[in-house]
Amino acid sequence: MSDATAATHQETDAQGRLLAADGTPLKRSLARALRRQKLRALALIAPLLIFILVTFIAPIADMLFRSVENEIVADTLPRTVVALKEWEYASGEAPGEPVYAALARDMTIAAEYKEHTRLGSRLNYETTGISSLFRKSGRGVEDIGEFYQDQFEDLNEAWEEPETWARIFGSDAWLDAQAEEGAEATFSLRDGVAEAFPNTAEIYAAFAEFAQTEDEDNPFEEDPWPLAYAMLYEDLSGGAGVQGYSGPEADLLQEAAAAVGGFESQSYKAAFIDIDDDWADIEVWGTIKAYSPRFTSGYFLNSVDLQLTPEGIERQDEDQRIYGLLFKRTMFMSLVITISCILLAYPVAFLLANLPMRISNLLMILVLLPFWTSLLVRTSAWKVLLQQQGVINDVLVWIGLVDDANRLIMINNQFGTIVAMTHILLPFMILPMYSVMQTIPPSYVRAAKSLGATNWTAFWRVYFPQSVPGIGAGSILVFILAIGYYITPALVGGTTGTFISNRIAYHISSSLNWGLGAALGAILLAAVLILYWAYDKIVGIDNVKLG
Amino acid sequence: MTMKKTILATTALTVSAGLAFAEAHGNMADSMTLVSWGGAYQASQQKAYVEPYLAANEGVSATWDESSNEAVAKLRAMNEAGNVTWDLVDVVASDAIRLCDEGLAMEYDPDELLADAPDGTKASDDFGDLIVSDCFIPQIVYSTTFGYRTDMVGDTPPTDVCAVFDTEAYPGKRSLEKRPINNMEWALICDGVAKEDVYDVLETEEGQDRAFAKLDTIKDDVIWWSAGADTPQLLADGEVVMGSTYNGRLFSVIEEQDQPVAMLWDAQVFDLDGWIIPAGLPEDRLARVKDFVKFATDTQRLADQAKYISYGPARQSSAPLVGQHAELGIDMGPHMPTDPANATNTFLYNYEWWADYRDDLDAKFQAWLAQ
Repeated sequence: MSDATAATHQETDAQGRLLAADGTPLKRSLARALRRQKLRALALIAPLLIFILVTFIAPIADMLFRSVENEIVADTLPRTVVALKEWEYASGEAPGEPVYAALARDMTIAAEYKEHTRLGSRLNYETTGISSLFRKSGRGVEDIGEFYQDQFEDLNEAWEEPETWARIFGSDAWLDAQAEEGAEATFSLRDGVAEAFPNTAEIYAAFAEFAQTEDEDNPFEEDPWPLAYAMLYEDLSGGAGVQGYSGPEADLLQEAAAAVGGFESQSYKAAFIDIDDDWADIEVWGTIKAYSPRFTSGYFLNSVDLQLTPEGIERQDEDQRIYGLLFKRTMFMSLVITISCILLAYPVAFLLANLPMRISNLLMILVLLPFWTSLLVRTSAWKVLLQQQGVINDVLVWIGLVDDANRLIMINNQFGTIVAMTHILLPFMILPMYSVMQTIPPSYVRAAKSLGATNWTAFWRVYFPQSVPGIGAGSILVFILAIGYYITPALVGGTTGTFISNRIAYHISSSLNWGLGAALGAILLAAVLILYWAYDKIVGIDNVKLG
Repeated sequence: MTMKKTILATTALTVSAGLAFAEAHGNMADSMTLVSWGGAYQASQQKAYVEPYLAANEGVSATWDESSNEAVAKLRAMNEAGNVTWDLVDVVASDAIRLCDEGLAMEYDPDELLADAPDGTKASDDFGDLIVSDCFIPQIVYSTTFGYRTDMVGDTPPTDVCAVFDTEAYPGKRSLEKRPINNMEWALICDGVAKEDVYDVLETEEGQDRAFAKLDTIKDDVIWWSAGADTPQLLADGEVVMGSTYNGRLFSVIEEQDQPVAMLWDAQVFDLDGWIIPAGLPEDRLARVKDFVKFATDTQRLADQAKYISYGPARQSSAPLVGQHAELGIDMGPHMPTDPANATNTFLYNYEWWADYRDDLDAKFQAWLAQ
């Protein structure tokens, strides 16, 4: 009665919208209530969600991001990368002097921070020999500056003193501060010195920062990098602003400016080629240029047997194509393992679900025992069984089925991997099947039989269709686990039974080519997602039951 | 009164003792995490220098992490995460070079960090060329060499490494490591390349093809191993007639397990194993590690290690001190890879060369295996 009254006396506003008791439109009020409910639900799952995001999704995303990330080149050789923009690989000649001059600066700084070897091993993945080239150049780059250092020091001994440099390039405020605080005082450049001697000021400032942050030394007491002398030579012989400079040691600089004309000079290019001939090799420069962008498709190309060369994308040399083969093999073998698991697990699960409780419990323990046993133990057990001097071969020879000289080869090949992995993954198939079969009422089969079906028809038309969701769940579990397995294939796979995951493991833990490992992993993840999607389209994911 | 005096005296004593202790030990952390390979090798380190060190330094504890196999990757990950939990890491020389290249290991001055030999020889001279990287503190020389089943080779046991490639004289499976390093060199040597030219030849495309062609001749007869324990197991089971592995593993098969296996020292490839100190350790931990390393790499300690495992001490001055096996009581000298009788024909693995060619040749090697 009261409900009916309320409905008829429902308030409406000017536009004829229904209003709630407090006067707000009913629609908005309902939306608010629903939103509050959703927020509450979100708050309830928030701890778990955040936990999964932080500990699972974020690390995976971070790792996958490495498959395109390539900042190391531009970060380590910033000036060289810019200077290289002018140069074309197609020109067929090594780049000009400005690139080498930029390289001298970058290499000096990188070598001081010990970053050059890291870049060397990164680029060595693409072109063999760059690793030692960079290591060697890091050691040799000092020679470039020392060539001029000697001449400056011969001219005037004052150039041997760190203070000379500090007084010219350090601001008065810093000079005063360092006298009291030592290394604590933060270095700053003298006003105008950057305009008068741009190159030298840049390198000296980089040196001062390095001395303070890395070594915690006072630049006032430390010899500058030899490269600073080369820079000073460049600035002075370029005639830059020594006239306009009136700070400390102006006389010394005037003297040097007058003398540099008579200095012996050396081109950076010649100096680098002197350190190692490879600096004249355009392959090296082509590689640096091709990998200078901050993001690269190089890793993904490598993982599908292509390569990014200075001349564009090319197929990998035939003797290095391996990933296509491994991907195909991984898919094929995972499929074979899944199918053999289905065939072996179905009867076991059927028995488990249909035998009396006492016996089925015992069977269940037999299924679970290996499940609880260490993976390595189970894999090693297969070795003992399958090897040529192993149990199975011994028995076959003893029976006389196999000749002693021609024992069967059942391990260190695909067969061994399939057998061992089928055994290891079998419980993941049995358990979902069992839990689905348990829910199938036996009366259905009895009904089918009482209506005249044969045993086979009753099973095939009535029982089997109801057990399909278990097969689906088990297959997805087994297939996805199999595709990412690497311990068992590594131990019993030999050369023909290894998976793509073995290469991923190699690149992550051994070659340290994390980018390539991440690219391979991303492709594997994509393949699994596509298969999952296809499964959903064909069978329907609603049909999957874990129990 | 007397009571009070006693308490005062005790307090004074304790405080002064504490001060003296702090002075002598500076600011040292009282725990270390050492990383090694596990198994017999780690046990030899434990007995030869970790236990004596802990006995001499009360209150210090050492924890082992058996991660040397993946030290490079893990150290890089720790470094990126900004939390290096390891204090001292045992790695092979090639890994030490890479860690040094990556800036993950600390460079050190041998004469400052390491103890002099008893006769006063500087550490840098005592270790000599074995300090192959500015970060690498050598401990032992080991070799990768072949062992063979004495009951499966007939009346003429092999004396030459090329027996590995001679399937007619020595039928049966062989086990080789599943990586190009060492195998490529052996293949070329047995294809008639002089030892000193191996790396020059291997640098060329034709040379690589030549090595692969030689390996092709035995490809169907090879079981490829990736764990050091594989070959000893395969030999013990009679699965292979001969196989390569680390000489210490073969020693334990032959002497400790008494299997019918013998060593084929010919063309053994020397390699080094040693410590690196991770870069950027906090001062107190660094001080402790430096103190430990000085002790653990002195002449006597390295000689002691040879009592437990048949790897040669990296110090020249330790060699004369090598004695008998701690349990078996046999002379360890003749089992050392560096023993003159064993080292008549050795091959020195070129670290720098492999640092360059490793990525390229590994891809080729894996593609060759997969064919």
